[in-house]
Amino acid sequence: MAALTREETQALIQEVLEVYPEKARKDRAKHIMINDKTLESSKKCITSNRKSLPGVMTMRGCAYAGSKGVVWGPIKDVISISHGPIGCGQYSRAGRRNYYVGTTGVDTFSEMNFTSDFQEKDIVFGGDKKLAKLIEEIEMLFPLNKGITVQSECPIGLIGDDIEAVAKKMSAQIGKPVVPVRCEGFRGVSQSLGHHIANDSIRDWIISNRDGQAFEKTPYDVAILGDYNIGGDAWASRILLEEMGLRVVAQWSGDGTLAELENTPNVKLNLLHCYRSMNYIARHMEEKYGIPWIEYNFFGPTKIAESLRKIASFFDDRIKEGAERVIEKYTPVMNAVIAKYKPRLQGKKVMLYVGGLRPRHVVGAYEDLGMEVIGTGYEFAHNDDYDRTIKEMGDATLIYDDATGYELEEFVKALKPDLIGSGIKEKYVFHKMGVPFRQMHSWDYSGPYHGYDGFAIFARDMDMALNNPCWKMLTPPWLRQTDASELKKAA
Amino acid sequence: MGKLRQCAIYGKGGIGKSTTTQNLVSALAEAGKKVMIVGCDPKADSTRLILHSKAQATVMHLAAEAGSVEDLELEDVMAIGYGGVKCVESGGPEPGVGCAGRGVITAINFLEEEGAYDDDLDFVFYDVLGDVVCGGFAMPIRENKAQEIYIVVSGEMMAMYAANNIAKGIVKYANSGGVRLAGLICNSRKVDREQELIAALAERLGTQMIHFVPRDNVVQHAEIRRMTVIEYDPTCKQADEYRELARKIIENKKLVIPKPLEMDELEELLMEYGVIEQEDESIIGKSKAQEAALAAVA
Repeated sequence: MAALTREETQALIQEVLEVYPEKARKDRAKHIMINDKTLESSKKCITSNRKSLPGVMTMRGCAYAGSKGVVWGPIKDVISISHGPIGCGQYSRAGRRNYYVGTTGVDTFSEMNFTSDFQEKDIVFGGDKKLAKLIEEIEMLFPLNKGITVQSECPIGLIGDDIEAVAKKMSAQIGKPVVPVRCEGFRGVSQSLGHHIANDSIRDWIISNRDGQAFEKTPYDVAILGDYNIGGDAWASRILLEEMGLRVVAQWSGDGTLAELENTPNVKLNLLHCYRSMNYIARHMEEKYGIPWIEYNFFGPTKIAESLRKIASFFDDRIKEGAERVIEKYTPVMNAVIAKYKPRLQGKKVMLYVGGLRPRHVVGAYEDLGMEVIGTGYEFAHNDDYDRTIKEMGDATLIYDDATGYELEEFVKALKPDLIGSGIKEKYVFHKMGVPFRQMHSWDYSGPYHGYDGFAIFARDMDMALNNPCWKMLTPPWLRQTDASELKKAA
Repeated sequence: MGKLRQCAIYGKGGIGKSTTTQNLVSALAEAGKKVMIVGCDPKADSTRLILHSKAQATVMHLAAEAGSVEDLELEDVMAIGYGGVKCVESGGPEPGVGCAGRGVITAINFLEEEGAYDDDLDFVFYDVLGDVVCGGFAMPIRENKAQEIYIVVSGEMMAMYAANNIAKGIVKYANSGGVRLAGLICNSRKVDREQELIAALAERLGTQMIHFVPRDNVVQHAEIRRMTVIEYDPTCKQADEYRELARKIIENKKLVIPKPLEMDELEELLMEYGVIEQEDESIIGKSKAQEAALAAVA
């Protein structure tokens, strides 16, 4: 059940949009829908992946953020150069907590910032020579790198530097892949295009590098796609797959290596967690190598069990039994978690606004705790994401695309959720409104939230945020007495 | 000293902007004016006749060597040539790389910040690369920079197209700033009825042909010596032409917001003077084979 009826929700949307000028109102109206579970397609109800309106506070990122920050950055033994002025690289450095094993600066590099640090003269005279020099220096100082990527910042596209030529030349010189990535921030409407561009660059420069080379296959080889190991998510996922008898050949891209990417064409099945950011390469491998792929969801025991069985259905009985064994093993543990937290969280309402996957994928985890997601939305989803979201959300719930700061505030004021899950830019606004909040991009520096281990942490964190005693202390003593006569008496 | 006048010289590539500008500036210097030339072209050939040099060290090259433009002093980039003319070249990349437009912006900002536009100057001339291809090359005509634009043109079709396009650019900045079209300088290519044609074009644009500079080989003779005509042979007739141009510019009060011509109008004008011929609509898009087939039917 949603907090409001369909009619009430419709009235709320209208009221919230009322303040916009007509053109903006018309545009934004297309990006907000009331859920109807019977729908097969979201196409008629919601518009997505369109340019944000100037003047609204959009939460979106850029193509560079999608490529460097999300897809390429976590690959630990590859050095990704932020090619352009220094800010993009520095402000995106190590922010996503893509955990990895290795010695940073020796054999792994994800947390470091490599940048060509463009100066005015590089804009005027071009940065190709500097880029070549930078790659040479990287190779000298960090010889254990397995490859280099060139992540283009905006000016590279503006001045027309030929990074492809530099990449080819330097790749031949150092004998390792050097991948030019045309992810200039001004391209596309959000970080989503950056994911696509990054996927394409892996397709063009990496994926077929080991075609024809010997590889010891097993019938149980899989790859994890679209798990960035935030707070250790991929680790908490991988152990379950291994426990059921599968062999995880590659992690894309959290704690992943270049060799893993190159070996992925050998797997039996690609497992896709973040559909939005990696469906492109999954589709490519399906087309080129005939590898099937499936989406799965490792948030909360219900979805995990469903997903384990779905994955197992692609394999023989050994794996199917393995899946059942894993589910059986963890069910009592999960029941204990639920027994502890559900009474404290039962019936609480949640509103979400995250990136491209979690707005639908975490719904099941909240439901396992007896909570209800009454509103959800994506920064950069496409309509295939909304098609999938319709099934996860309750009827008459609110779904918003590329929501603005103003809209989120107004929806929260009207729907009065008990908890909000969104990003750092939203966090303090809602804290100041006195609403418990969890960051659902970074897990608020906690995690993992994936897998059975992750769910225990997820449940604890939600309880910690929601039932924190601080929320009862938000009203200062002098505002507690609202009775005017009493105030007079006191004076 | 009077108020500083800042002028920009635009025109189609190869029309003779740099040569005209330097000869004009020499004439102004000869008349006692204090002048600075700012070359806004990566080729950096806007000051060679004044300085007798191949190419002056440019702001951007010096900045690249020093690290950044902030590391430079005004003396590093400014050279003094014939008649005390101050010379600066913005410089920029070789063709096909980087962003030459940004180089112009950087260089002009540097000159402003370093106080190159001092009170002693009477004139600053910006000699700008062929077409206004991007915002960088419009820098000299933005607010607080050049207020007067002179377009160098000849009776050739493409030169006049370019002049008209430049006029469109001026309209844009005329509305946001104070820039005005001050006249067309006809640098003769000995095209038939050239003087009348350019006078007519000027009139249509709402401006004037400020001077008709005839073609004279002495310009080339001076140029191979890296000199202006004024300096090489002050007594020749061509030197007087540049003196006349200088005098007219000193006295010029006719500053207008141009009225650029529509394509049709411009073509009409060109047809009127026989620069182009009436278009035969029936042959547009017909291949040779098709025409042959049509001819066979007829």
